[in-house]
Amino acid sequence: MATVPAEYALALAAVLFALGLTGVLVRRNMIYVLMSIEVMLNAAGLAFIAAGYRWAEPDGQVMFVFILTLAAAEVSVALAVIFRFFHRTGTLDLDKVGSLKG
Amino acid sequence: MNGLFYIASMIAVIATFRAVTGANAVHSLLYLTVSLLASAAIFYSLGAHYIAALEAIIYAGAVMVLFLFVVMMLSYGPGQEAEEKRITRPGTWAGPAVLAGILLFELVYVLIDRELVPENAAAHGPKAVGIALFGPYLIGVELASVLLLVGLLGAYHIGRK
Repeated sequence: MATVPAEYALALAAVLFALGLTGVLVRRNMIYVLMSIEVMLNAAGLAFIAAGYRWAEPDGQVMFVFILTLAAAEVSVALAVIFRFFHRTGTLDLDKVGSLKG
Repeated sequence: MNGLFYIASMIAVIATFRAVTGANAVHSLLYLTVSLLASAAIFYSLGAHYIAALEAIIYAGAVMVLFLFVVMMLSYGPGQEAEEKRITRPGTWAGPAVLAGILLFELVYVLIDRELVPENAAAHGPKAVGIALFGPYLIGVELASVLLLVGLLGAYHIGRK
């Protein structure tokens, strides 16, 4: 039974990361930007898993647990900020954030 | 194991593309959930069983439900009923349902065919991950717990009226 080459997993991580980066750069809705950041974090975790798979070490999976923790903390705070921003301005447009200024 | 990886990769790329380019936030969240479930299948095919379970429970479960809560809370006002009717049309959930169905087929296939479990699974199973996590990486676990506490307090403070 042949195994999957680690390069393919790394290439998949690169594709997913590029999709997430495109979403961050192109979309102007805050919810979509946050979702794209999640995609990028997940792709970074996939790269760690692929490296751990290549060297048959558990360290990559340990790193993924840390990325998972980071993503959970980041999402909770960011969603609270989005919630407050929407109630204050009535919009989710990222370009309107520049009008906050302190 | 190969087929599992390639099919799940295709599903992940398609679902992520649809999630990032979608116009309706709820539909995009459906696609993103499918993408994360496909990632869990990919982790399983790479021998990271513990991480596959964590991905399905925490990412596709908890984090996506959090997203969905906020999106549902934000999209209020007139026209909500028409929006509900539009969401429950088959055309809107057929795409994620088909992709998730393929993933379910993969899951059942793995359960039936025990030979698909990677041979070197014991080398980096949950036990090895736990020993590494609470051995050389113990300081990281402590810092992660502090980070989660700060995230909890920060979200409470910002979200409070």
